[in-house]
Amino acid sequence: MVKLKVTDVAFNYANVPVLKDVSIAVETTEFLGVLGPNGAGKSTLLKCIDRIISPQKGSIVLDGQDIKEMSRIELAKKIGYIPQSLSHAFSATVFDAVLMGRRPHLSWRTSEKDTEAVLDTLHMLHIEDLAMRDINELSGGQMQKVFIARALTQDPDVLLLDEPTSNLDVRHQLEVMHTIKSIVRKKGISAIMAIHDLNLAARYADRIVMMHNGTIFSAGEPAAVLTEENIQRVYGVEAEVYHNNGKLYIVPTRAIKHSDGKSG
Amino acid sequence: MKPSEAASGKERKNEEIRADYKKFIGRKVLFISLSLVLIVVIAGIAATLGSYQIAVAEVYAIIWHGLFHNPETTKELVIWNLRLPRIVMGILAGIGLAIAGTTMQGVVRNPLASPYTLGIASAAGFGAALAIILGAGFVTGKYLIIANAFVFALCSSFIIYGLSRYKGSTPETMILAGIALMYLFSAMTGVLQYLGKEEAVAEVVYWMFGSLGRASWDNLPIVFAVLAVCVPLLMLKSWDLNTLSAGDDSAKSLGVNVDQTRVMCFMLASFVTAGIICFTGTIGFIGLVAPHICRMVIGGDNRYLIPASGLFGAVILLSADTVARRIIAPTILPVGLVTAFMGVPLFLYLILRRRREYW
Repeated sequence: MVKLKVTDVAFNYANVPVLKDVSIAVETTEFLGVLGPNGAGKSTLLKCIDRIISPQKGSIVLDGQDIKEMSRIELAKKIGYIPQSLSHAFSATVFDAVLMGRRPHLSWRTSEKDTEAVLDTLHMLHIEDLAMRDINELSGGQMQKVFIARALTQDPDVLLLDEPTSNLDVRHQLEVMHTIKSIVRKKGISAIMAIHDLNLAARYADRIVMMHNGTIFSAGEPAAVLTEENIQRVYGVEAEVYHNNGKLYIVPTRAIKHSDGKSG
Repeated sequence: MKPSEAASGKERKNEEIRADYKKFIGRKVLFISLSLVLIVVIAGIAATLGSYQIAVAEVYAIIWHGLFHNPETTKELVIWNLRLPRIVMGILAGIGLAIAGTTMQGVVRNPLASPYTLGIASAAGFGAALAIILGAGFVTGKYLIIANAFVFALCSSFIIYGLSRYKGSTPETMILAGIALMYLFSAMTGVLQYLGKEEAVAEVVYWMFGSLGRASWDNLPIVFAVLAVCVPLLMLKSWDLNTLSAGDDSAKSLGVNVDQTRVMCFMLASFVTAGIICFTGTIGFIGLVAPHICRMVIGGDNRYLIPASGLFGAVILLSADTVARRIIAPTILPVGLVTAFMGVPLFLYLILRRRREYW
């Protein structure tokens, strides 16, 4: 069942087109990976979906309702967003930072329900021991989990993650991908993740969308999208793609130099 | 681990976290209560100190008595007409300036912001200079200077409001505009001072130092009314102000209308500041020091930080005024001079402490 439908969305940053006629559909309980080189428009697409920025053209429909017609708070109850750069201007405990996720549900005081929700997500991400630590003293991997926890505390139907693994070590990368996948299955929500690592995307995503210059170059099952030809066309990189035991392995070999000096 | 063991382990951990969090909140409430007590104590001490000697216990008795009967004896008149207005203004101004400072720091996401970050101090100074040197203003009579200072102070904020409607209300836009306005109004004040008569210029300089000496039972209700309206509104917005510190994108994704929150908060902070400094002149550093110290003690959650820094600001201002009155008695220094010295240890501390990337 289609949860989110993006149709013909176009977005310009100061007259520079970043997204051109982008259309995707995301099902409930689906883990969608968004791949593409730097500047392809992945972050911009995620921000348009959460109405952090507004596209000049096109529509985004969630559960059959245009997101432009929803109030900010309604949208915040349905979509959780984890930004690319994690920062927090002032000091705050992990508990308070995660509690912010309840903001769309809060009346005036925090209720028992809110505290329960925070404790639940802390346990889900195995960061309950960090509850009273200052958020700015955490490592990159721990901070990533805190921000995921905050988004989950919103009790959303859709999770948007902007390159959550880019600054993490191998172990944390696997933990984050595994956690998102299991949350998608257990809670029946959709996750849309912009990601650089082709192998992680191949292994965990249910479907992949590959973006190039602001348009969707290819979409479908990982094996169908991650072909040597597509990788060459979109990334300008020669790679070897292996299929082994139903798993996909992408091994990049070299960057392609064009004879006329243009980069790939 | 058996499922029942895992579940009870989780329950135990939850209990631990709840207990820790309660203690965490308890510290904040303790700080607020202590500040309240300190205000009462220092107010009492401030009321006893002066050229006319009155004992502490007598002071509280006179205050209590004066609430129900008109002051008649000399002692009562000294307390009620001379000292108490100053003290009440000190408390109200301390609360207002500190809360305005806390709000501005949340709005521009920078702990070096103060209620004067948007150029309000210079604008108010220009308004006062216009009134004192040229006699030009919006109303005549004894409210000339006050009305001028208030209107021009708000002018500065409205200009920034207009700019943020046009260019968006990012912290960078606001800070740059605030600095530009500060220079503009300072320059215009400078021109007036250059062309003005000596006594008038001296009066402008004195006004800009900031003093509680102009407090009276006539203007205190106005300041109280401003606080009574604006502070509760700011408290209602404190949770949204918290989300701003996570970044504009995160705040929007949490359902906060970032532009509206920012504009509303800085307009309220400006209104409070203008409403105070039009009567007292520009008293500096309370709005910077009080939130900073409170943040170090109880953390950055605005739901507790706003009331805490308000009360702590009252403590600082009352103490500063008491020092200002007594340190070279019988001469009374303007309190703004004493608070200016307070900034020094704060900035020294900031320079010398362990380097961190955040506040």
